[in-house]
Amino acid sequence: MTAVVPRQSTQATPTHLPDGDSEPAAVVIRKRRKKLTFDKVSFMAVFLGLPLAIYLLFVISPFAQAFYYSMTDWSGFSPTMNFTGLDNYRRIFTDDIFMKAMSNNIILVIFLPIITIVLSLILATFVTVGGSSRGQIKGLRNSSFYRVVSFFPYTIPAIAIGIMWGQIYDPSNGLLNGILTAIGLENFESYPWLGDKNTAMIATMFVIVWGFVGFYMVLFVAGIKGIPAELFEAARIDGAGRFRTAVSITIPLIRDNIQTAYVYMGILALDAFVYMAALNSGGGPDNSTLVMAQQLFFTAFNKGQFGLASAMGVVLAVTTLIFSGLVFLMNRLTGGDKDVSL
Amino acid sequence: MTTKLATQERVSLHFNPRKPATSTNDKIVGSVSHGVLMLWSAIVILPLLWTVMSSFKTSSEIFSSPFALPAQWRFDNYARAWTEAGIGSYFLNSVIVVGAALIIVMVLGSMCAYVLARYTFPGAKAIYYLMLAGLTFPIFLAMVPLFFILRNMGLLNTLPGLIVTYVGFALPFTVFFLFSFFKSLPHEITEAAALDGAGEWRTFFQVMLPMAKPGLASVAIFNFLGLWNQFLIPVSINAAGPRVLSQGLAAFAGQMGYAVDFGALFAAVTVTVVPVLIIYIIFQRQLQGSVSQGTSK
Repeated sequence: MTAVVPRQSTQATPTHLPDGDSEPAAVVIRKRRKKLTFDKVSFMAVFLGLPLAIYLLFVISPFAQAFYYSMTDWSGFSPTMNFTGLDNYRRIFTDDIFMKAMSNNIILVIFLPIITIVLSLILATFVTVGGSSRGQIKGLRNSSFYRVVSFFPYTIPAIAIGIMWGQIYDPSNGLLNGILTAIGLENFESYPWLGDKNTAMIATMFVIVWGFVGFYMVLFVAGIKGIPAELFEAARIDGAGRFRTAVSITIPLIRDNIQTAYVYMGILALDAFVYMAALNSGGGPDNSTLVMAQQLFFTAFNKGQFGLASAMGVVLAVTTLIFSGLVFLMNRLTGGDKDVSL
Repeated sequence: MTTKLATQERVSLHFNPRKPATSTNDKIVGSVSHGVLMLWSAIVILPLLWTVMSSFKTSSEIFSSPFALPAQWRFDNYARAWTEAGIGSYFLNSVIVVGAALIIVMVLGSMCAYVLARYTFPGAKAIYYLMLAGLTFPIFLAMVPLFFILRNMGLLNTLPGLIVTYVGFALPFTVFFLFSFFKSLPHEITEAAALDGAGEWRTFFQVMLPMAKPGLASVAIFNFLGLWNQFLIPVSINAAGPRVLSQGLAAFAGQMGYAVDFGALFAAVTVTVVPVLIIYIIFQRQLQGSVSQGTSK
C-alpha cells in the first residue's frame, strides 16, 4: 500500500503539471493581447502619439498649408489674404526667369543622374571584377582604399563643397587654372569657369557629380557583391568576357540599386539649391545656373511674396513626383523580369 | 563547391591553350583598373589637400601661386576663422542642435517604427503612407508655412525651433529604416518577455531596443550626416538666429567680396570638413555596411 501511493503521485504529476501550467499561461497572453490595459494604452499613446504629433505639426501641416497659400496673394505680414485661385500659377508660367530656372532644372535632371550613375558604375565594376580572371571571382586587390577615398566627398557638407570648388574655379588664383596653365594651356590663365555662361552649368554639374560618385560607387559595389558568385562563374565558363559580363549580368542584376540611385539623383537635381547658392548665388551669368529652388527662396524670403513662392513650391513638388513616376514607369516598361531570367 | 571549382579550373586549363595570353590580359585589366581608380582618387583628394594647404597661407601667397607651399605655416588663419568669423560658436551651435535632434529623433523614431511594425491597429497603414509622403515631398514646399508656424509659436530664429524641425524632417527616414528592422526581429522574444512579466514599456526599452542596436547605429550615422550638412532649413527658419556651421560658413564666404581674407576662409572650410572626415575614417567599415543594408530593402 505504502509503495503504491507515491507511485501514483509520481505518475500523476508528470501528466498533470504541463497541462495545468500551459493552459492558464496561454489564456493570460491572449487576454493581454486583446484587453486594453493601462500599460498598453499609455504605451501606444506615448510611442505613437508623440512622434506623430511632431510629424503632423512640423512636416505634414506645412505641406498641406503650402497648397492653400499657393492660391492666395498672401504677402506674409498682411493680416488678410485674398483667394486668387490659379492666378499665381498663371504668373509663374508666364515668368521668363522662372521658366529659365525650370529649364535649367530639367537639364540637370537629364544629365546629372546619367553622368553620376555611369561614372560610379564604371568605378564599381573596376573594383569588383578587376581581379584575376582565373580561379574564384575576385575583386581588385587593395580596392578598399579607393572605396574609402571616393566616399570622402559624401561626408563633406554640401555648402563646404560649394565654397571649396568656388575657390578651385577662381579665375586668377584657383587650382584648376593653375594646373591648366602649368601644363601649357595659356588661354586658361584667367578663364572664369563660373562666370562664363557656356561653362558655368557644366562646371557646376561637375561639382555635384564629384560629391556623389563615391557614394553610389559604394552602393553599387555592395549590390554587385550581393550577386551570387556562381552566376559570374557560369558566365565565364560560357565564354563571356569582362565587358559582356558587366553588361549582361551585373547591370540587370543590380537594376533596383540603379533605379534607387536614379530617383535620388533626380530629386537632388530638381533641388540643387545648396550647390547653386554656393557657386553662383545670383543665378550665374545670364541666369545660366538659376534653379527653381533659388527663385522660390528669393521670392519668399527676399520679396515677401509668400503666396507666389508657395505656388512655385507646388510646381517643384509636382515636377519631382512626375519625375519619380516616370522612372518607375520606365523600369516597369522595360521589364526587369526579362533580364533576370538569365 | 571548392572542389567543383577546382575541377572546372583544371578542365579549362586543359582545353585552353592560350593561358599565358589571358594572364597578360589580366595584368592589363588590373593596371587599367588601378589607373582609373587612382585617377578618380586623385580628383577627390587633390582639392581637399589644396584646401588644407591654402588654409596655412596668407592671402597674398594664395594670389601669387596656387601651388607653392606657404613660406610660413600660418596657424593664425585658424585663430581668426575660429573667433573673428565666429566659426567656433557656429560649430558649438551645430553640435548642440544636431546632438539634441539626433537623440530625440532616434528615440521617437524607434518608438514609432516599433509600434507600426509590431502592432496591428486601424490606421497603421495610413500612418505608414503619411511617412512615405513626407519622404518624397521636397522640403522646399514646407519652408514658407513652417516659417509662420514657428513664428506663431515663438520658435523662429531659435535653436529649439531648429531642433524640433530637424526632428520632424528626419523622422520619416528613421521610421522607414527601423520599421523593416523591427519587423525582422523574432516574435518569440516579445512573448518570452511577456511571460516573464515585462510590460510593454519594459519589453521595448530592455529587450527590443538593445536588439536593434545595429540598425540604430546605421540610421544614426545617416541622420548625423544629413543633419550636420543641412543648409536649407537653417537659412529659411533661422536666418536671424544663432547660426549653425553650414549657415555661418555660407555667410562668411558671402562677405569675402568685401574683406579679402582667403586664408581664414580656407581655414573655416577645413575646420568644417576635417572633423566629419575623421569620424568617417573611424567608422567607415560600419558606414559602408549601412549603405548596403539601407538599400537592399
